[in-house]
Amino acid sequence: MKPILFALVLLAAGSSVSTAGADERFPPITNKTVLQECGDCHMAFQPQFLPKRSWVKMMAGLSDHFGEDASLDVAQVKEIEAYLTANAADVSRFREGRKMLRRVDSKWTPLRISELPRFRHEHDDRDVKRMLDRLKVKTMAACQACHRGATQGYFDDD
Amino acid sequence: MHSPFTNFAAALVLALSATAFAINVEAAASDPILAGFAESAKASTPGFTGFSAERGKRLFLSKQTSGKPETPSCTTCHGNSPQSRGQTRADKPIEPMALSHTPNRYSDPKKVAKWFRRNCKSVLGRECTALEKGDFITFMATQ
Ligand code: HEC
Ligand code: HEC
Ligand code: HEC
Repeated sequence: MKPILFALVLLAAGSSVSTAGADERFPPITNKTVLQECGDCHMAFQPQFLPKRSWVKMMAGLSDHFGEDASLDVAQVKEIEAYLTANAADVSRFREGRKMLRRVDSKWTPLRISELPRFRHEHDDRDVKRMLDRLKVKTMAACQACHRGATQGYFDDD
Repeated sequence: MHSPFTNFAAALVLALSATAFAINVEAAASDPILAGFAESAKASTPGFTGFSAERGKRLFLSKQTSGKPETPSCTTCHGNSPQSRGQTRADKPIEPMALSHTPNRYSDPKKVAKWFRRNCKSVLGRECTALEKGDFITFMATQ
C-alpha cells in the first residue's frame, strides 16, 4: 500500500516539473566545511556557478571579501578551495554550469555570479524587478530570497 | 506499589532536572571564555578591575571610521537592539546577540574567536582587545 502511494506521488511530482529535467538541478554541496563556512553570511553558492580561476582568486582574498573580513584558518581554506575548484563550472561536467560561462572571456576572472552575462540575461526580467521590490531584497546575492530551493540546487521554481 | 502516576511523576522530575542541568552547563560554559579574557585584560590593562557592560554597550552602538566603509558599526549587521534579529549584508538573518534571547551564544571558543577576529577587523580595522571582548560579552549577558 505505502510503496504504491509513494510511487503515485513521485509520478505526480514528475509530471508537474517535466519542463525542468532533473539534470538542470545544481548539485547540492556535500562538503560540510563549505556549507558551514561559506554559508554564514549568505547561502553557500554551488561551485558550478563560477570557473576554477574565480574560486582560486576568491579563496586567496578572504580577508577582504566584498568589503568584509571572511578569513579562515589555512586548513579550512585548503579544504574549501579543493572542493570548489574540483566542482567548478569549467571542471564539472554539469551542463548548466558550462552554460554559465557563455560570453565569459578567459582573461576575465569574475568574482560575482550575479555579474556573469548569462546570469544578467536570465535576471533581466520584469518578474525579477517586481520581486526585488516586493521582497525588499538588498542584493542579487540573496538567491534564496527568490529561489526557495536554492540551497538544494533548484533555481527554476518560480 | 508504584502507581502509573508516581512513575510518571518520577520521570517528569528526572526530565526537568535534566533540562535544568543542561542550562547550568551552558551558562557555565560561557565562563571559561570570559575568564580567559579577564586573565589577558589583567595582564594588558593597568588598573583592570573587571568588565563593564556600559563600555560593552558603547562598543556595540558606536560608529567607527577606522574599518571598512561597508561596516561602520556592529549594528550594521546585528541591528540596534541586542534583543532583535539582525541581518547580514547579503540578507541572511542573524539571531539576537542578547544571551537571554539566544542562550547558546558565547559558549564555543572557536566560534567566539573567529567572529571577534573578523568583525573587529571589518568594523575597527584591527583586532579587539581582551578588554573590549570581555566588555561586549558582559553587556550581552545583561541583555
Ligand atoms: C563574513 C561574511 C561572509 C562569509 C563568511 C563569506 N561571504 Fe561571500 N559574500 C559576503 C558578502 C558581504 C558578499 C557581497 C554581498 C553583496 O553585497 O552583494 C559576498 C558575496 C559572495 C559571492 C558573490 C555573490 C554574487 O553577487 O554573485 C560569492 C561567489 C561568495 N561570496 C563566495 C563565498 C565563499 C566561497 C565563501 C566561503 C569561503 C564565502 N563567500 C564566505 C560575505 C561573506
Ligand atoms: C530578486 C529575485 C531573484 C534573486 C535575488 C535571484 N534570482 Fe535567479 N531568477 C529569478 C527569477 C524570477 C528567475 C526566472 C526568470 C525567468 O522566468 O526566466 C530566475 C532565474 C534563474 C536561473 C535560471 C533558471 C532556469 O533554468 O530557468 C538561475 C540559474 C538563477 N536564477 C540563479 C540565481 C542565483 C545563483 C542567484 C543568487 C546569486 C539568483 N538567481 C538570485 C529571481 C531571482
Ligand atoms: C558584516 C556583518 C557583521 C558586523 C558588522 C558585525 N558582525 Fe558579529 N557576526 C556576524 C555574523 C554573520 C555572525 C555569525 C552568525 C551568528 O553567530 O549568528 C556574527 C557573530 C558574532 C559573534 C559570535 C557570537 C557567538 O554566538 O559566539 C560575536 C562575538 C560578534 N559577532 C561580535 C561582533 C562585534 C563586537 C561587532 C562590532 C565590532 C560585530 N560583531 C559586527 C556579522 C557581523
